[in-house]
Amino acid sequence: MTDTAAPAAQKSGPRISGAFHRLLAFSGLIALVVAFSLASPNFMQTQNILAILQATSVNGVLAIAATLVIITGGIDLSVGTLMTFCAVIAGVILTYLGLPMPLGIIGAILAGAASGLISGTVIAKLKVPPFIATLGMMLILKGLSLVISGTRPIYFNDTPGFNQIALGSVVGQIIPAVPVPNGVMILFAVALIASFILGKTALGRYTFALGSNEEAVRLSGVNVDRWKIGVYALAGGIVGVAGVLIASRLNSAQPALGQGYELDAIAAVVIGGTSLSGGRGTVLGTLIGALIISVLANGLRILSVAQEWQTVVTGCIIILAVYADILRRRTL
Amino acid sequence: MLNRRTLLGALSAVAMLAASNGAAFAQDSYDIALISKGFQHQFWQAVKAGADKAAAEFGATVTFEGPESESQVDRQMDMLAAALSRNPDAIGFAALDSQAAVPLLQQAKDAGIPIIAFDSGVDSDIPLSTATTDNVAAAALAADKMAELIGGEGKVAVVAHDQTSRTGIDRVDGFVNRIKEAYPNIEVVSVQYGGGDQLQSTEITKSILLANPDLKGIFGANEGSAIGVANGKQELGSQIVVIGFDSGAAQKGMITSGVMNGAITQNPVGIGYETVKAAIGALKGETLPPIIDTGFYYYDASNMNDPEIAAVLYD
Repeated sequence: MTDTAAPAAQKSGPRISGAFHRLLAFSGLIALVVAFSLASPNFMQTQNILAILQATSVNGVLAIAATLVIITGGIDLSVGTLMTFCAVIAGVILTYLGLPMPLGIIGAILAGAASGLISGTVIAKLKVPPFIATLGMMLILKGLSLVISGTRPIYFNDTPGFNQIALGSVVGQIIPAVPVPNGVMILFAVALIASFILGKTALGRYTFALGSNEEAVRLSGVNVDRWKIGVYALAGGIVGVAGVLIASRLNSAQPALGQGYELDAIAAVVIGGTSLSGGRGTVLGTLIGALIISVLANGLRILSVAQEWQTVVTGCIIILAVYADILRRRTL
Repeated sequence: MLNRRTLLGALSAVAMLAASNGAAFAQDSYDIALISKGFQHQFWQAVKAGADKAAAEFGATVTFEGPESESQVDRQMDMLAAALSRNPDAIGFAALDSQAAVPLLQQAKDAGIPIIAFDSGVDSDIPLSTATTDNVAAAALAADKMAELIGGEGKVAVVAHDQTSRTGIDRVDGFVNRIKEAYPNIEVVSVQYGGGDQLQSTEITKSILLANPDLKGIFGANEGSAIGVANGKQELGSQIVVIGFDSGAAQKGMITSGVMNGAITQNPVGIGYETVKAAIGALKGETLPPIIDTGFYYYDASNMNDPEIAAVLYD
């Protein structure tokens, strides 16, 4: 490589390495799928593939939200309980107040965005570190979900069609052979939109810039706080979508659920090659990371591997994935 | 190069898993998947032990899985979906939320996989049978023991885990109704709920004791409630009769030391055993009763070490 080419290469560095890592994660996913298919004839069945996708939908959406925040160099520990909170809000609007379904969906998403706005404001304006701010939000939202719901699940029996949001299949009506659940299509739609925002909009550019060098962005006269709050609010809105998905899938808002789900989301983000130190990451990588987690869980179950060993294997894969990333960066 | 290395590594790891699993496929025995409400709790491990016992006895392979906490309804659905994909001969299922499970249970029914419910029932006619404790009868036995220990008269109270779960409702009703019907001289002065949380149940117990100085006894309707009641009794230096529910190392210790007079234990080993037995019965075309009562026992310091009782207690 000549000296003149070096700056150009450096400039496009994140992009190239992102693509490379995506390849790495992707080949890992393919390897798992091939291995499980060889190991059990029950794995590569349409119904099972759909079950894997269904299992990915909620974690995938959460992980996309987490990706945006992590690219800024922050972290959002509240995604799991915020998801539950949004589901409870949908329950209040639809079941307690008896309002029409679209209002419940919009309400859940707005509740998520509002919570993200609060987290972002606490982080940007009050200078509370993201880890602490979102840890606090995680507990606040967990408590509020229990308070609002009266610690009981809220069922959506009065809203016919609500469970079709995640469980129904528009694709299946067109192509009956592959009834891909709507929840999965919503995951893909969220991924496309988030990719577009990251790649093509000012918000996306600032998301990366904040994670690479926040001080430089600030010194160049940009209102850093505003963009940071914007990213958290967007992530919160995406978590709201996950809240609708899980409520629809269970046909109920389960107020005690959600804590711990943020770790699965963060694991998907990390396996997908997004750096926890910020400035680097892709939505596609996260999507693949979330799929790897689901494929692993599903495949090991199909092979009747004991549950305690499933956990061990999953832990190993997470470490291996990140180690592979470190090796790759060293060799570049 | 790296790609290939990781790929090979993953392949060989899974191949090893597959090899160890191949043996199971080779056997000509029933494959039964149990999806439980939990996994690492001692109660569920005891259910698993019972299932393994039946599996060994009747020549079946059993897998046992459950989510980390009883709130993770969606994780349980993923487990049930994966179990369905595995295409087992039968499924045992303890529903965390019976509504959420109905679409998957319907899928199992359509695939011709018999379902046996265990621990708590499912609001659906799909399960062929339910292996569970008769909680109403178990709590009535607690009421009988309470009456016996307090001499058939006086005030008693109940500290239960919640007013919404099936076990919460059944145990409170079972105890209160038995007292009303059989012991006219005993009055249940208070029924309070502490969420099964030891600390909260302790505080509740203390307030009940302070409000009713002449109280004779309290029934703690699950493990956490019972331990909380005994703690509250100790903190106030009270001498009331305490009857608990379930076992576990803490509760067993309290019974040995005399803080708790005795407790009702379910038979988790029996729940696991009967579930697998019923599944195999269903596969052989036998007709099953809608409810299989897996039994319960009253234990105290005098009979804790009897083989029959020790077998159903767990730490």
